[in-house]
Amino acid sequence: MSQSSESFPLQSQNGRAVSLNDTPALEVADLEISFPSEAGVVSAVRGVNYQLRRGEVLGIVGESGSGKSVTAMAVLGLLPETAQVTGSVRLGGRELLNLGDKEMSKIRGRELAMVFQDPLSALTPVFTIGSQIIEALQVHQDISKADARKRAVELLDLVGIPDPQRRVDNFPHEFSGGMRQRAMIAQAIANDPAVIIADEPTTALDVTIQAQILDVLKTAKDVTGAAIVMITHDLGVVAGFADRVMVMYAGRPVETGVVEDIYYEPRMPYTIGLLGSIPRLDDTERKALTPIDGNPPNLSALPVGCPFQARCPIVVDVCRQVEPVLERAGSDVHHSACHRAGELVTGSLPVDEVYPVPEIPEARAARIPRDQRPAVLEITNLHKHFPLTRGALAKRKVGEVRAVDGIDLEIRAGETVGLVGESGCGKTTTLMQLLELVSPEQGKIVVLGKDTANLHQNERRELRRDLQVVFQDPMASLDPRMPVGAILAEPLRSFGRKKAEVFARVTELLKLVGLEPEHANRFPAEFSGGQRQRIGIARALALEPKVVILDEPVSALDVSIQAGVLNLLEELKAKLDLSYLFVAHDLSVVRHTSDRVAVMYLGRIVEVGDVAQIFDAPSHPYTQALLSAIPVPDPRKERERARILLEGDLPSPTNIPSGCRFRNRCPKFQTLAEGDQARCIGEDPSLHGLDEPGHEAACHFAGALSVV
Amino acid sequence: MSLNANALVDEAGSTDPIGDGPQVSTGRGRLVLKRFLRNRAATIGLVIVVLMFLSAFVGPDIDQWKYTDIDFENFQTPPSGAHWFGTTQTGQDMFALCMRGLQKSLIIGLVGGVLTTAFAALVGACAGYYGRWADRILSWFIDLFLVLPSFLMLSILSPWFRGKTWMILIPLLAAFAWMITARIVRAQAMSLKNREFVSAARFMGVPGWRIILRHILPNIASLLIIDAVLNVAATILGEVNLSFFGFGVQAPDVSLGTLIDTGQQDIGSYQWLLVFPMACLVVLLLAVNMIGDGLRDALDPNAQGAKSKVRRPKAERRDSTPVLTEPVTVEVD
Repeated sequence: MSQSSESFPLQSQNGRAVSLNDTPALEVADLEISFPSEAGVVSAVRGVNYQLRRGEVLGIVGESGSGKSVTAMAVLGLLPETAQVTGSVRLGGRELLNLGDKEMSKIRGRELAMVFQDPLSALTPVFTIGSQIIEALQVHQDISKADARKRAVELLDLVGIPDPQRRVDNFPHEFSGGMRQRAMIAQAIANDPAVIIADEPTTALDVTIQAQILDVLKTAKDVTGAAIVMITHDLGVVAGFADRVMVMYAGRPVETGVVEDIYYEPRMPYTIGLLGSIPRLDDTERKALTPIDGNPPNLSALPVGCPFQARCPIVVDVCRQVEPVLERAGSDVHHSACHRAGELVTGSLPVDEVYPVPEIPEARAARIPRDQRPAVLEITNLHKHFPLTRGALAKRKVGEVRAVDGIDLEIRAGETVGLVGESGCGKTTTLMQLLELVSPEQGKIVVLGKDTANLHQNERRELRRDLQVVFQDPMASLDPRMPVGAILAEPLRSFGRKKAEVFARVTELLKLVGLEPEHANRFPAEFSGGQRQRIGIARALALEPKVVILDEPVSALDVSIQAGVLNLLEELKAKLDLSYLFVAHDLSVVRHTSDRVAVMYLGRIVEVGDVAQIFDAPSHPYTQALLSAIPVPDPRKERERARILLEGDLPSPTNIPSGCRFRNRCPKFQTLAEGDQARCIGEDPSLHGLDEPGHEAACHFAGALSVV
Repeated sequence: MSLNANALVDEAGSTDPIGDGPQVSTGRGRLVLKRFLRNRAATIGLVIVVLMFLSAFVGPDIDQWKYTDIDFENFQTPPSGAHWFGTTQTGQDMFALCMRGLQKSLIIGLVGGVLTTAFAALVGACAGYYGRWADRILSWFIDLFLVLPSFLMLSILSPWFRGKTWMILIPLLAAFAWMITARIVRAQAMSLKNREFVSAARFMGVPGWRIILRHILPNIASLLIIDAVLNVAATILGEVNLSFFGFGVQAPDVSLGTLIDTGQQDIGSYQWLLVFPMACLVVLLLAVNMIGDGLRDALDPNAQGAKSKVRRPKAERRDSTPVLTEPVTVEVD
């Protein structure tokens, strides 16, 4: 397994020369980790090797459970005591695994720093940001409090926190998610570490913030010269950031190499599958994604042979008997653990033919022109404001949260409308308004020709059949204490179907979403994420609805499983003549699934149009920034793309700027002449038609720009 | 309470799915049992309670004396082969009396504890789920009962139920013990109400009472089971307290409380009159509490006590207490 630790190219991505002679900053060899559990011993990591030089970025990619985070925890010495660790972890030549906690504490935070996924729980809420950075400095360095404070302000300035002199005394809850993550990075680089381990540092953040944080991490790397281990499940994020990539599966690296090798010449079916299963922002034609069937193996009962065999489309007999080791595949630094890597290298087995492309039927309604199809859902000027009150006894109204502030949206039969926006833009509030089926505060909701304002109790219940929802988190939306059969039967029973009828329908529904009828007796916890989401979809379809609201249906799933669910949704739409309202923050997914797209910002729709119009000619500056922030899983393209970085965070919906609500973050606003700026400040732009029919944007100076 | 442990599934029972079909995992019921049995104190508690049940209901048939019998040859004799626990001043067999008292304690405890929790669950879940005016009225009742001095109320009511069946004590004891649980259930119901599966049911047109019975209560079942067990102990103690002061079970019937009351008057010379009923009570309460603790550990997926362990040689063990401020999350799935 030592092939992977051979030397790697001398030039890192930012052009920094890496000398071959110095000892690697971090060296992990034959690392194996196992945990005892109820189901037996879980072999979480089964042999990981890598070497990292200063200034180098290693991306570790894998699905949840592949052992990528556990590896990082082992390097940091933060595993629980029950974990059994063997192998070697060397930091600058010094073995870490046999160090006690006291010695490790001296290393952690000074030579070895960590950036965690959730910046809210990673910062102590009862201390100010500044005092936490000062603490990190004073623990490891002999430095006076005043100097440490000065340094803390410098660090905050470095990571791009505006007004650091004042912000240094803020508490974590006064920071937004993105700013907390910046503060975490400031704390991590405070002692000029040799290695920074970033565990999914941007997963909890919105795309525009993700772009900012990746930028800050790059700065941090340039300033400290540290090596970075970047753990992620998002192939796009590492494409533009990492020098080398290690793909992990079932506790083992299955492919390693420089970033170009992995993306352009993958030599392991798992990597090929991962790359084929992600919807891409730069795909112009819509084709079905290639999902990787099945689920990762159970780490406490691994099969004999290759752990990927059950999901691999090109499996041969030897895969069931011998587990492949990492071997050279193609270039010197490219290694793959696959028995058929040789065929993939020579091209006798073409890479694009490894996975069969599934057929997706075309929707019947799509053949009729859009204007001739009836509208199934119409929202006109929808408002939802939440009052902010103060005082315990007499509640005074001190302001209001304008969560939804005038939305118009129309969904025609047989189409998918994507509603896109960052968290806090009012997507969820809009959905809840729709699903409650009550008269909105202001505005009008018409579902299938019925105005929700004049519905009686019984009519409202009847209408619920036609409007159903699939939630984001399949674990949270399925009652964990009910077997799947009972979950699917619930909507049927509540509409008084007979028992035999219910049973037949449950069987039918399970088959429809690609599950077995026998699964009806199992509990949700026994299913994988993708299967659970299929159950959620089956439940939404139980009452044969006409409109289905999909609330981020794939964002909680691993990429390889995401593709299967997206294909299923597409297929069901064609089969059952459904219309979808697809709410998502991931624009690549929206590009793949939607016919029309509406972009939301601070309670308003700022741009709406056909999918091609929005993605090829985005005209609102916000849409442009949003699109440019999304990483593309293509290293060369990714490095060439110019990012439009937005400044700051989403303003609070209690305090919406005058005039155009985007103006204080708008990159275009800064380039405008003073008179034009005055217009943005004074006049609230409304949606107005652009060159092409059906394409509208709410910007005084809308102009198309290609950013993908 | 019609909640059965087999219907409970949570993270503790989850295992990784494998292949195309989901893998059969250890059933929830069996898992809880496994974790419960791993706790030695809880197992001992369970054995003790079962033995006490047997001796309380079967014991009197084996013993030649009934609790009403009077042995005119033995007044206040210490424990012997004929009278295992000795006799009282009037020649009654102490063992028969203790078992009679134990029967009552067990029935009152079990029925009362479960009744208390069931009522609390219903009130709490309704208040928490429906909110608004339902919450206001129910919370007002909870607060009202909380400020009433329960012992005083029961002793005032005592003349009214004197002479009636002692079973009346069960609802009365329950009526003054449900409030704290109801408050906890209310808080739980309020947070469950915002969970997606409850919203999903609501958007599918499922009526509120059905959501409470099918979604809210089963999801707090572990809390309710533990609470019911602890309420058993509290109810037993409540009855003993009342009877001790003469407000509960009345002569000629006996309970552990009345036995302790009479026994403590002669503690100096006839110890067995106090020691045996006292020992019955203490052992029973201890056993019930041990079961409660064991159940809590077994049902709580995060409890340390119930987890499986692998022994390691000491030299290998690394001290790995996190010094950073972050909680350690390990992805083992």
